Amino acid sequence: MTKEKSEKFELRLYIAGQTPNSVAAIRNINKLCKEYLDGKYTIEVIDLLVTPQLAAGDQIVAIPTLVRKIPRPIRKIIGDLSNEEKVLVGLDIRTLEK
Amino acid sequence: MKGKSKRSEISNVLPKLPTGIEGLDEITEGGLPAGRPVLVCGGAGCGKTLFAIQFLTKGVTEYNEPGVFMSFEETRKDLAQNVKSLGVDLEKLIRDKKLVVDHVRVERSEIEETGEYDLEGLFIRLNYAIDSIGAKRVVLDTIESLFGGIPNAAILRSEIRRLFFWLKEKGVTVIITGERGEQTFTRQGLEEYVSDCVIFLDFRVINQISTRRLRIVKYRGSTHGTNEYPFLIDENGISVLPITSLKLSHKLSKDIISTGLPSLDKLFYKNGIYKGSSTLISGTAGTAKSILASYFAAQSCARKEPTLYFSFEESPDQLVRNMKSVGINFESYLKSNLLQIHSARPSLQGLEMHLLVMHKLIREHKPHAVIVDPISSLLSVGSFSEVRDMLIRLIDLLKLSRINAFFTALTHEGNVEEKEVPVNAVSSLADVWINLDNEMQQNRRVRSLRVVKARGMGHETEAKRFSITNKGIIMEDVR
Repeated sequence: MTKEKSEKFELRLYIAGQTPNSVAAIRNINKLCKEYLDGKYTIEVIDLLVTPQLAAGDQIVAIPTLVRKIPRPIRKIIGDLSNEEKVLVGLDIRTLEK
Repeated sequence: MKGKSKRSEISNVLPKLPTGIEGLDEITEGGLPAGRPVLVCGGAGCGKTLFAIQFLTKGVTEYNEPGVFMSFEETRKDLAQNVKSLGVDLEKLIRDKKLVVDHVRVERSEIEETGEYDLEGLFIRLNYAIDSIGAKRVVLDTIESLFGGIPNAAILRSEIRRLFFWLKEKGVTVIITGERGEQTFTRQGLEEYVSDCVIFLDFRVINQISTRRLRIVKYRGSTHGTNEYPFLIDENGISVLPITSLKLSHKLSKDIISTGLPSLDKLFYKNGIYKGSSTLISGTAGTAKSILASYFAAQSCARKEPTLYFSFEESPDQLVRNMKSVGINFESYLKSNLLQIHSARPSLQGLEMHLLVMHKLIREHKPHAVIVDPISSLLSVGSFSEVRDMLIRLIDLLKLSRINAFFTALTHEGNVEEKEVPVNAVSSLADVWINLDNEMQQNRRVRSLRVVKARGMGHETEAKRFSITNKGIIMEDVR
């Protein structure tokens, strides 16, 4: 657990064009990261309409999907990320703070 | 005017896409509905994945149509391994850009769900795979697995509906596999979404013998065979055996061939039997049925005609040795490959499997003569009607291919009615029927032979006595 603390969060958000779900997901994750992971994260937004070849690599089926690449293990959160509580649990940020 | 009406007639006919799966295109009268989704369902191990993959690989090798395999269960590596035994080099097809395999894995444990989403990712992957090689055929194997991974079944259902619609728009022919449900064809009721064509595969064990069957449950806008068709999975993949596609329209020959025994030939007024006819030899145990069959085989080989001998009771070595003792020498014919002897215990596999194996060997070896010795032993693996069906199909196949057929059938002394099923099954189908006997007369067995029938020619009706010596069969008092 101590090791995880020092680790930076590496996140990837997969979207498909500017759909309402995708736009909401981008807004929600940016807000959440600033609030809880200030300075300890990188986030990459991948639009699969532009780079469809990237979908298979991270096993993307649902859109939007947020992938936590680091810390391991890989976690995935699907949906527009509107439920902050669920996203925090999904990313394991809550347990980090304890 | 005429031309116009003709054109509209043609456009009414549903365009079909040949699968390349042996026998299937015959049953479906041309193949699967082109540009539409087809549901292939059945229980575990029924051969759905194989069916699907063969649809793709045949598409590539026979119709030059690239394909996409979207696997929700097996990895690409497993898949390649599994089809290797069928002589399909999946990796090569992938390298040659004829095939794309995309393994979709959705792990419930690593997924958290929050808010609205759709399955656009799946569409994008499929679209990308299709466009990257210009695929015409697509397989989704088994999309129902997503129900285990995607938490929201309502979203999943509406997205699957959208996916099938989208695939139709895309103009690709799709096979969707589904696991059999308890009350429904598939667990998640996929048949609701796929309304054009549903094929059901079945794997049954009856009397400890496994049989695979295929049934076309639904084929909108097309006639199709409605029977259950047996199918076989072997080193060449799936082959389906159409039951009803054979018709009584074979051309007949007027040529006469010898039975291999000149003294027997003389009993027929044309001095032999018709080429391409089927002959039944019946008799109780030890009446020299196999010997007569072997005469026939040897004669066929002597004419330099490839001959196939199915021996259900003796091994090839045993048969060769036993026939040598009565002066019939098979060794040189075996060496030159003119004669092939196949031995298999009847109980090894179901009737259909026997028929399919025979079918295959006949196709490979292209024999002019086929001997089945004895057909009665097949009765141990099926009921009367099944055996009869099978024999009709076999005889039809042989007739269509104008092969000289020779069957032996074991009858039993005593209660005739019940036990002479194999004879009853074939005697009406056979063109020539010869019955053998060895009756007890004054402490001595007297062998005799009688031509019961010979279609299209006169024959002696009297029983002829004969004896077996180390030089073969010696007929008594023949003109």
